[in-house]
Amino acid sequence: MIKYLLKKEFKQIIRNPFLPRMILVFPFVVLLVFPWAANYEIRNMNASIVDNDHSSYSRRLTQTIVSSEYFKLADFSSTYNEALKSIEQNKADVIIQIPANFEKDIINRNGTKIMISPNAVNGMKGGIAVAYLSQIVSKFNSNILVERFPQSAVMSNSFIQTDSLFQFNKELNYQVFMVPALMVMILTLLCGFLPAVSIVFEKEIGTMEQINVSPVPKIVFILAKLIPFWLIGFIVITIGFGVAWGVYGLVPNGHFYTIYIFAFIFILGISGLGLVISNYAQTMQQAVFIVFFFMMIFIMMSGLYTPIDSMPNWGQWIAAFDPLKYFMSVMRSVYLKGSDTIHLLKDLCILCMFAVFFNAWAIISYRKSQ
Amino acid sequence: MKQLISFIQKEFRHILRDRTTVMILLLMPIIQIILFGFALTTEVKNTEVAVLVPTNDEVTDRIVDKINASAYFDVVKNIHGTNEIETVFRDGKAKLVVVFENHFAQNLQHTGKAHIQLIADATDPNAANSFVFYAGNIIAAYQQELGNQGKEGLLIQPEVKMLYNPQMKGAYNFVPGVLGMIMILICAMMTSIAIVREKEMGTMEILLVSPMKPIYIVLSKIAPYFVLSCINFATIILLSVFVLNVPVAGSFASLIVVSLIYIFVSLALGLLISTLTSSQLAAMMISGMALMIPVMLLSGMIFPVENMPTWLQWISNFVPARWYISAAKSIMIKGLGITSVLKELSVLSVMGITLLLISLKKFKIRLE
Repeated sequence: MIKYLLKKEFKQIIRNPFLPRMILVFPFVVLLVFPWAANYEIRNMNASIVDNDHSSYSRRLTQTIVSSEYFKLADFSSTYNEALKSIEQNKADVIIQIPANFEKDIINRNGTKIMISPNAVNGMKGGIAVAYLSQIVSKFNSNILVERFPQSAVMSNSFIQTDSLFQFNKELNYQVFMVPALMVMILTLLCGFLPAVSIVFEKEIGTMEQINVSPVPKIVFILAKLIPFWLIGFIVITIGFGVAWGVYGLVPNGHFYTIYIFAFIFILGISGLGLVISNYAQTMQQAVFIVFFFMMIFIMMSGLYTPIDSMPNWGQWIAAFDPLKYFMSVMRSVYLKGSDTIHLLKDLCILCMFAVFFNAWAIISYRKSQ
Repeated sequence: MKQLISFIQKEFRHILRDRTTVMILLLMPIIQIILFGFALTTEVKNTEVAVLVPTNDEVTDRIVDKINASAYFDVVKNIHGTNEIETVFRDGKAKLVVVFENHFAQNLQHTGKAHIQLIADATDPNAANSFVFYAGNIIAAYQQELGNQGKEGLLIQPEVKMLYNPQMKGAYNFVPGVLGMIMILICAMMTSIAIVREKEMGTMEILLVSPMKPIYIVLSKIAPYFVLSCINFATIILLSVFVLNVPVAGSFASLIVVSLIYIFVSLALGLLISTLTSSQLAAMMISGMALMIPVMLLSGMIFPVENMPTWLQWISNFVPARWYISAAKSIMIKGLGITSVLKELSVLSVMGITLLLISLKKFKIRLE
């Protein structure tokens, strides 16, 4: 019996004028365009400098700031208010004010100040601007100390040297980070929206009645709905692998089959959720909005864009119920760290639980008679 | 005119009779904005750190303490060999490993130099960069403590004033973004699905044979969703101001004007999608998936537009959300008025009118 139902499902999908093309084209387009967007790196920040001193030291400081790779000169302003206008127009990211008597105070060892005012709408950007500038100023400080007061400079000669090593991603390649994550997102969208719509669609056009009066058991019916999406999921992931390798030269450090195993279970879970929503919704409109609601929350809370560790406790608790969180971390682990199934057992169990839970719910909530 | 009003009444009744959908449409933004406003931040906090200290001594203890005491890091593990580093990363137990060299304090005292290696899990390059940076800063601050000769050492003191967002709250950056995303997705999806629904169900034919001009049919369809979107907008702003403490620092009237135009653009977009598709499934796929990903990734909501390569920035100019989010940030967070967002306003208006005109042209008054 399931053979015939499967045949019907596949035929419906292939005959749909829109669906097969979308399934093939969507992953391509997304993976070609969007990995280039993901970049939090803060370089070339525009600095508006208010130099009230016009001395050789102030000019030297300006030169040091502007020639560093972190800052570019946006403009020189004569007053703070003028510089503020640059920030308002998004022409500058940070205002640096050098006070009058800057050079004098340094020569007389009076201690002087530099005023740093970054645009902190993006808090992280503001924080990093301050940190980089502080570093530059501190180095400038020590250089002057060495030049003018060589004795005191000699005193501080203990030097802790820090080296950094970026494991798994030496060049800090952002595409490497985004491609697996985007693959997960595409998979979620396709395998979440489509099943959600499938049952409601039949309800709306009326063919559900035919199935309900047939002797098809509930489990068989739900399975017949699930299996095509499994296959679609596999096709999508394989396309993803292809694009990742062909365009970005990305090959998983781990094994392909590890990803396939996890994808298998993940798709099962997400499709199950889609089917549950489909069972409860009466119109396609409702189904679409409910699915969209869940997808948005799942995607945003999955650690894809913002780290889960930075969320407040209750946020992390909610994220624990997000299947994407586990699959996302698995994808990245396998692709970049070369983790194996054995390392990821915990994630495997949790994803299995999701799959079982959602599909059981789908089977139970499917009603043959109102 | 009377015809138009009676059609608008009909559309309102349609929507209100579907209680579930209305509830979803009103509740969804509330839940999303509260969730995202509180939970999303790009700041680094409580990152798990493992330390490798071959010889325990005063200096290493102090440095490890300092790292642990900072809000950015949590020292969770002491490892005892470089072979354990790989495992710690693989198992996801830590994202940063701090490796001190042997006989750290001794070397520092005798040769004046000692070495610390910061190994970051760079699967997330953004985070890894932040880890190394903040850890480096903590170590540098400690070093200054060591070699500080009091006031004499520090000639130039930086004084910091964070503009617009003194507490560096994540919500200030995210709320305008989420606002923009929710509005365009709801408006575009709602409108497109509603109109295509009539096509699919066959009731469109009745509308088409009536003497109503197409533009009135279209306007009456948009009307209830316009009202719903305004209610959503009001709800989200109220929540942002009173629950998330994101202020509307600038002119509230400007914000309303910009938002109304943006809602209009989103509805026109939904309209366009509905004229292009003939099945609800297709409408939903285009507005749900093909719209959601560009809006999320290219609108500046999460990834700053200025960091993107030029060709991608060019594409992002076509995403209405990008202009709205930039205008909303200027008004809400920077406290500017309408004169500063004239560019965004004009772009959005042009988009809205273009979309509306194209949709009207493509609106078929005959069935195929």
